[in-house]
Amino acid sequence: MVKTDIGPPNYRTMLPKVIEKNYGQWKYHEILKPGVLRHVSETGDEVFTVRAGSPRLVSIDFIRDLCDIADKYCDGHLRFTSRYNIEFITPNKKNVNPIIEETRKIGLPVGGTGNGISNIVHTQGWIHCHSAATDASGIVKALMDELYNYFTTMKLPGKLRVSLACCINMCGAVHCSDLAIVGVHTKVPKIDHEKVGAICEIPTTISSCPTGAVRRHPDKEVKSVVIREDLCMYCGNCFTVCPAMPLADAEGDGVAIYAGGKVSNARKPPMFSRLIVPYLPNHPPRWPEVVGIIKKIVEVYAKKARKYERMGEWIERIGWEQFFQLTEIPFTEQHIDDYTHARETFRTTTQFKW
Amino acid sequence: MEEKTPLIDELEKGPWPSYVKEIKRMAKKNAAAKDLLGVQELSFKEKVTHWKHGGIVGVTGYGGGVIGRYCDSPEKFPNVSSFHTLRVNHPGGWFYTTKALRKICDVWEKFGSGMTNFHGSTGDIILLGTTTENLQPCFNALTEIGYDLGGSGSCLRTPTACVGPARCEWSCIDTLDMVHNLTMEFQDEIHRPRWPYKSKIKISGCPNDCVAAIARADITIIGTWRDSLKIDQKAVREYVKSGMDIRTDIVARCPTNALEWDEKAQELRLIPQDCVRCMHCINKMTKAIRPGNDKGATILIGGKAPILKGAMLSSVLIPFMKIEPPYTEIKDLIRKIWDWWDENGRTRERVGELIERLGMRNFLKAIGLKPTPQMIKAPRTNPYVFF
Repeated sequence: MVKTDIGPPNYRTMLPKVIEKNYGQWKYHEILKPGVLRHVSETGDEVFTVRAGSPRLVSIDFIRDLCDIADKYCDGHLRFTSRYNIEFITPNKKNVNPIIEETRKIGLPVGGTGNGISNIVHTQGWIHCHSAATDASGIVKALMDELYNYFTTMKLPGKLRVSLACCINMCGAVHCSDLAIVGVHTKVPKIDHEKVGAICEIPTTISSCPTGAVRRHPDKEVKSVVIREDLCMYCGNCFTVCPAMPLADAEGDGVAIYAGGKVSNARKPPMFSRLIVPYLPNHPPRWPEVVGIIKKIVEVYAKKARKYERMGEWIERIGWEQFFQLTEIPFTEQHIDDYTHARETFRTTTQFKW
Repeated sequence: MEEKTPLIDELEKGPWPSYVKEIKRMAKKNAAAKDLLGVQELSFKEKVTHWKHGGIVGVTGYGGGVIGRYCDSPEKFPNVSSFHTLRVNHPGGWFYTTKALRKICDVWEKFGSGMTNFHGSTGDIILLGTTTENLQPCFNALTEIGYDLGGSGSCLRTPTACVGPARCEWSCIDTLDMVHNLTMEFQDEIHRPRWPYKSKIKISGCPNDCVAAIARADITIIGTWRDSLKIDQKAVREYVKSGMDIRTDIVARCPTNALEWDEKAQELRLIPQDCVRCMHCINKMTKAIRPGNDKGATILIGGKAPILKGAMLSSVLIPFMKIEPPYTEIKDLIRKIWDWWDENGRTRERVGELIERLGMRNFLKAIGLKPTPQMIKAPRTNPYVFF
């Protein structure tokens, strides 16, 4: 008899002894250096955490390498963070440097803490997704090669969280990141009329379109749909319900860049990321246009933002007009919202800068 | 024949750890991983995906947890012609023993491509790529070592929580116990999709919201406190002595001007009724300032990514709720929310979008909650009011 609905293993069976003992009793923490945390408990116990970056898409042998380090120095325990970083936790301060050394030996950077750039949350891209408008792991690798020093240091004004979604479905909360890269289609779906009739439910397909661009085929004999091209904004919702309408297009697909989002409530409430670059082409293997513009924005932010200001807080203070000026990103008609919540993005005051 | 992959080979260079190296590592001993390299190279060359839309596959008794995936060029890449993914529910807080991790590796070595994500965006362990025939045996082997599948499709997606009281002094609720308890309670909802669309529960221990609960969860649970935050004046003075500009970096950054620095007495004073518990002063003075004693959670509703009506942040539903096992109050609330949404939601409509379509007042009535000013930024401006 196959077991079902057993649920995940109980986290209690996975905790290191020192964590179990001090559960709920932590008093304070400090960042000793980039990638190294010290937590102190009310009981007087302390733990040291070494945080290392990971490419996320990893082999089982990579996981086994991590296990070897954890067996040697962390009593056979380790954890991952919500941004794919690996954390080696030990109550023994003497283990910190050997963990760092061994982590570096297997090619992993130590860092991702405090006011720097942590790992890039991302999706599957061309590795596994049918609706991807760009790759995910590839751009992330190209970007992190360039942003590497921001991972291993803490010299930015505030935390900088970068995410990437390979299509506008935005798996993984990229809509609230300091910098977000989003795969975009720019060509209307290509309809395979024969297949639509065979595998798609036509009313569902029509009603899936948020702008009413998908219409019944004018020829009653053809059981299919047509698209009013001027109404399509390439969201792909029709493709999700009807596989016979793919949007992928080698020339049309690319990425957009968004900025200024955050989820933390610290100081300002959470913010959405806003469109700053509507389209850049896909240029594998290193996406130089994307990497170049992200690097530029990070450098301007590093220079201009005040202490503790997140990207969005900085932009709010200086104003979007100055943001576009400082980053030398052209402002276009695509930047002005014309979708569901457009009006609340218009400037309803005479206060602005030049 | 050894295929050349010049484009992706480029990504073996550079200081950041390389996923291409990882695939190559598996490719030496696994044919699917080898073909995955080829598919990635082809996508880099042609700038389009080579994975086909969906395909219904799964394991007996479940409607989700497996993402069906087929390559569009099976003649070139026969070993990934079917390349399905299993979402495996992670233990809360992503803590593991090496013994438990090695067991997953062994199962995946036997039944899959050997490629994984630790972890996927939702929080699951992603076992990336296996054949249709291997799905059931792989699932059986996973349950043997104590793992189960996570959610996919129109179901409850795997709930996640921040590290919580396991290693954080700010957690106002036991995020890990809660996420485990809710996950066990809602196994049916996770494994058998039956709703208009997906639903997500994410739990953060404090308003820093390390699992982005407010941005992506339909049901957002964020730890907070009702009384005053706690200040250790001696520790404050230590910070000042060691060079902290407390006026500029702490007092001036308080969003509601709830802090004052008394230079003469060398004391940091709080106006408790003005504090909105944003975490800034606590974050920057970890040794001196701490959350209060009367802890619980704020429950928020309706967060989601843009598909389809635009991105939404969760909004306050219950300003403060005590959160204690067996979590009956929150479970009852969650069930009421789901029932209303399931009854009224259209296909692919998340609960936040439904609330916008049918109105917050109808939603509140349906789940039996009284309106409070904490739910809104400001009252309405228009005169079009139902009585």
